[in-house]
Amino acid sequence: MDVLSILIDWSPYIIAGIAATLGLVLIALGIGVLLGLPMALGQVYGSRPVRWVIGIYVWFFRGLPILVLLFLFWFGIFPGLGLGDVPAFVVGAVVLGLRGAAYQSQIFRGAIQSISEGQMIAARSLGMSRSTAIRSVILPQAMRIALPGWSNEYPNMLTDSAVCYAIGVAELLTVTSRIVSQTYVTMPIFLAAAVIFIILNYGGLKLLHGLERRIEIPGFGSGAV
Amino acid sequence: MDQAVFIFDILLPALMQGLVITLQLIVFSAPFGLALGIGVATGRQYGGPILSRACKTFVLLIKGTPLLLLLFILYFGLPSIGITLSAFTASVIGFILCNGAYNSEYIRGALISVKDGQMIAAQALGMTRAQAIRNVIMPQALRRAIPGLSNEFIYLIKYSSLAYMITVVELSGAGKNVATKYFIYTETFMVVGIVYLVLVTITTVAVNILEKRVAVPGMSRTSAAQL
Repeated sequence: MDVLSILIDWSPYIIAGIAATLGLVLIALGIGVLLGLPMALGQVYGSRPVRWVIGIYVWFFRGLPILVLLFLFWFGIFPGLGLGDVPAFVVGAVVLGLRGAAYQSQIFRGAIQSISEGQMIAARSLGMSRSTAIRSVILPQAMRIALPGWSNEYPNMLTDSAVCYAIGVAELLTVTSRIVSQTYVTMPIFLAAAVIFIILNYGGLKLLHGLERRIEIPGFGSGAV
Repeated sequence: MDQAVFIFDILLPALMQGLVITLQLIVFSAPFGLALGIGVATGRQYGGPILSRACKTFVLLIKGTPLLLLLFILYFGLPSIGITLSAFTASVIGFILCNGAYNSEYIRGALISVKDGQMIAAQALGMTRAQAIRNVIMPQALRRAIPGLSNEFIYLIKYSSLAYMITVVELSGAGKNVATKYFIYTETFMVVGIVYLVLVTITTVAVNILEKRVAVPGMSRTSAAQL
């Protein structure tokens, strides 16, 4: 059987696999922003115990391989909490998200710290509260500076999402290996999967670079600060 | 079963065997990954249009493909075209390709950061282009690339766990086997995680020492940038 007809026969599964992969990536990136940004603020503006707790979290989630984290949560922590029925997809997205938050918090932290202190002083002297200054003055600049670095989280997350194969999430790599084991056609199917991953990778990056240009403020490059 | 008995009599001996395999994977991959990185970066920066384009495409393809899929291609895919590799060899080749591609990005960045004047000066002193790259540009560039390269080395330690997915029973795999046999998951994978944290922390300390050791007095990263 030739490769093209295999791909056509299996196309519903392949599309479902692509959807699952993108779902993992988008949910995980979302969790990463929602947790990573407060963590970055906590690390810059928080009290000593807050900084300490966040530091431990970041050290833990960045120090462990994604495979070990997936095993730990899928076999250990989720069933241990009585959540053994949670689907592998949810566990995969949560683990990728928790780990992504650790990485993203450091991107956001670097961006926040790159805004000169004078901005906070100026905002306070205009009568803004600390939190208003952070929200209205620091963050709008910091997020723009963070975006190029943050964009790199997308390809990292996409390639890491494939490791969810290990806990049986029906994402693109799992679908690929299922097709291979059913059809005994190996190399062309693997290469087709690689092509799809590469398209998703660089296609997504292109969208993100477009976004960077859109929200750019003329005259305010990261180099200009 | 007592938890201490489980951890010290059963888990740790099994993990030690796995750790040996993990260290072997790293020791075989890292030097070739560095060499590949240097080669690809040099080819991309100083090679002709064809070599430069080929190096760029290589990096693009490797960075775009999940490492796990690359391992599947090397271990499950290659036999179908008559090349059969052991799982260990396939893992090492996969890690070298991946590590080399990412290393090359840092080394290329460092090569670009060395000012053009250095190449002109070296050639004015009678060096050939290749000599100038080897003796003048590369020694500076590699020093500047150390932080990035050490990051990639840490990634190599962590991603070596993916070898388990193609049947190499390294550290994570040894942990998984024990966890499945005794139905003790959380503790087992926490201990496995701590071993990785120890490896990563040792590496970070070692890299800081290395960076100080190879530093050329008076040529800090900032002062070098002004040259």
